[in-house]
Amino acid sequence: MENKCCCNGVLREAQEVVADIGGTKDRIIPLLQEIQRRRGYLAEDLVNAVAEVTGIKSAEFFSVGTFYSQFRFTPLGKNIVKMCKGTACFVAGADALIDAAESTLGIKSGETTPDGVFTLETVSCLGCCSLAPVVMINGKVYGKVTRARLAQLLEECRK
Amino acid sequence: MNTDIIVGLGSCGIASGAQEVYDFFEKSIPGTDIALKKTSCIGICFQEPIVEVVTDGVKTVFGKVDTAFAEKILSGIKSGKLPETNRILEDQGTLSFIKPQVKIALKNCGKIDPENIEDYIAAGGYEGIKKALTMSGDEVIALLKESGLKGRGGAGFLTGQKWAFLKGAKGDKKYLVCNADEGDPGAFMDRAILEGDPHSVIEGMLIGSWATGADEGYIYCRAEYPLALKRLKIAIAEAEKRNLLGQNILGTGHSFVLHVKEGAGAFVCGEETALIASIEGKRGMPHLRPPFPAESGVNSKPTNINNVETYANVPRILVSGAASFNKYSYGQSYGTKVFALAGKVKRVGLVEVPMGLSIREIVEKIGGGSSTGLPLKAVQMGGPAGGCIPESLFDTPIDYASIGATGAIMGSGGMIVMDSSSCMVDVAKYFLQFTQAESCGKCTFCRIGTKRMMEILERITQGEGTMEDLALLEELADVVGKSSLCGLGQLAPNPVKTTLRYFRDEYIAHIKDKKCPAGVCKPLITIEIEKEKCKGCTACAKVCPVQAITGTVKQPHVIDSAKCVRCKMCIEKCKFGAIRVI
Repeated sequence: MENKCCCNGVLREAQEVVADIGGTKDRIIPLLQEIQRRRGYLAEDLVNAVAEVTGIKSAEFFSVGTFYSQFRFTPLGKNIVKMCKGTACFVAGADALIDAAESTLGIKSGETTPDGVFTLETVSCLGCCSLAPVVMINGKVYGKVTRARLAQLLEECRK
Repeated sequence: MNTDIIVGLGSCGIASGAQEVYDFFEKSIPGTDIALKKTSCIGICFQEPIVEVVTDGVKTVFGKVDTAFAEKILSGIKSGKLPETNRILEDQGTLSFIKPQVKIALKNCGKIDPENIEDYIAAGGYEGIKKALTMSGDEVIALLKESGLKGRGGAGFLTGQKWAFLKGAKGDKKYLVCNADEGDPGAFMDRAILEGDPHSVIEGMLIGSWATGADEGYIYCRAEYPLALKRLKIAIAEAEKRNLLGQNILGTGHSFVLHVKEGAGAFVCGEETALIASIEGKRGMPHLRPPFPAESGVNSKPTNINNVETYANVPRILVSGAASFNKYSYGQSYGTKVFALAGKVKRVGLVEVPMGLSIREIVEKIGGGSSTGLPLKAVQMGGPAGGCIPESLFDTPIDYASIGATGAIMGSGGMIVMDSSSCMVDVAKYFLQFTQAESCGKCTFCRIGTKRMMEILERITQGEGTMEDLALLEELADVVGKSSLCGLGQLAPNPVKTTLRYFRDEYIAHIKDKKCPAGVCKPLITIEIEKEKCKGCTACAKVCPVQAITGTVKQPHVIDSAKCVRCKMCIEKCKFGAIRVI
């Protein structure tokens, strides 16, 4: 640890995370969730630092992190657009809506625009099936979204 | 004169604008004698946002309330004359939605404030555990067995029997787990219960802990349900404050500590051994049973797992007795089942029906039939592990065995209605895409078999399939089902199997005629403007993203099929119905 002079900030942060969440193996998922809550993604430096503080191998953190779809390994855009792909939304034309979002933003789902303004994701179900098709933008759910309404919502995010 | 205004604040309601309505009331009522309350999902999703006004015990329920209408309600309260419109309990459609339903698991949903334990207690809450505490564990288990309650997660195993296994298991440390990892796309029953009546689940688990001797529990809830998580945590804290959870509960010497574990997004974690691995902080991969969780579960200790709806039924059975539950029965199925009714029906929502009601009654009476005017084609039950039941079998009763006989499964309660605009090959592909992506990768047949099946479906939907592909698809469906370790792989071929069984003609149309009868699969359709109907308004040409539509103003337009990407935006835009899919 003496050699990692530049890591003090990260180590301190890791200590905070572990103090908050706990440092045993059964806490790996909550630890990763906390790292993602702080950084927006699983930042390698912080994961490694948390591994060091807990004494659990960082490979174990990455093994668990890569298994679950909630975790990301790249930074997020400013606006998070989650397109629901649940069955009700699928029946209501979610595929066309996803195509429209991809072509409007010029990225595929799972990607972030080069300017960092948007991250586009698909989710398997937001549980608001009665409002299908639904889109979640920055945590807010919009129901019965048409392509025109989606374009409008994305435009509002740019402002 | 006392007036209560109650706003339904479930996830769906909030998405429809209920929060704005609530905020408006909150801002407007200070200085009046109106009390503002909140409740959760009432189940009548098609009328959201819903506001209930209770004046001196007289209840009026309004649907589709926006802030403008909320203002009308307020002035109506002041003048003593509530608005005459939007009264959903006077609406015939809403009444036929409500009438066939029997609410046991959803008894309190939409009636109480889920963030207030007093409300739950006033509605008879925690009477079930009080009753249980006067009985022995074996008596509680016997009562549950008598009620006939089966696991509502879909497998349909007798809950009392499961509890008996845990009670009989050796060891001083036992766990109780609630599976709230509702991963099926198109399902929101558990979310509604957790958001609307979290104490019922907690009480159900508490009763389970008393009956089985478990002293620690986990509710494993998916992270995609932030509101459910928030309300669960509030409910647990309130229950702890009243010593309904924790050490030496109500002075009985019995202890039960309950934790909430947030899932991280993996469908396979709905499988019990994978869920246990995830609770332990590992990758959520299933393992071979035996040992069953009742022998070796969380931290290798005896563990029992039930889902949300199952636990929510337990307090009600304790309070009202087994007969009040099993008087609703069909074959070997007892009580009620909650369904998330969605898709192409007029009235979508959360419904709870007695066993034995037919699918047709749910779709036509409760749901009001097709919302599009197009004929209904199928109902998808059980999510990616389930199947498509064709219209010709809509008289099938809600019963584990009867639904199983169709090739679908009761499942956890997703019920998606499809009309003739859904392509069944595309539907099968959709579900397989889902399970294929969610396969944990442990079993070769599930990991690679579903991938190969997916490729065949891709070929068919692109018009490149052969009749040999169908035979291969059936063979693969069979071996993937037989050679996978857990439910995910075993049931993954179900959507393919059921669509092949009931909609084989659609597969053949894709292969032989190179046509998609529903007009969905892009490589097999052409979009065309009918000259006679086109007024030359140019709206379609303006909206076309690839400039495939040409023509002069007031003259019929034409689509260049080579350029057209079949996005159908022109069809949405055309006011004259002049554009069609062939």
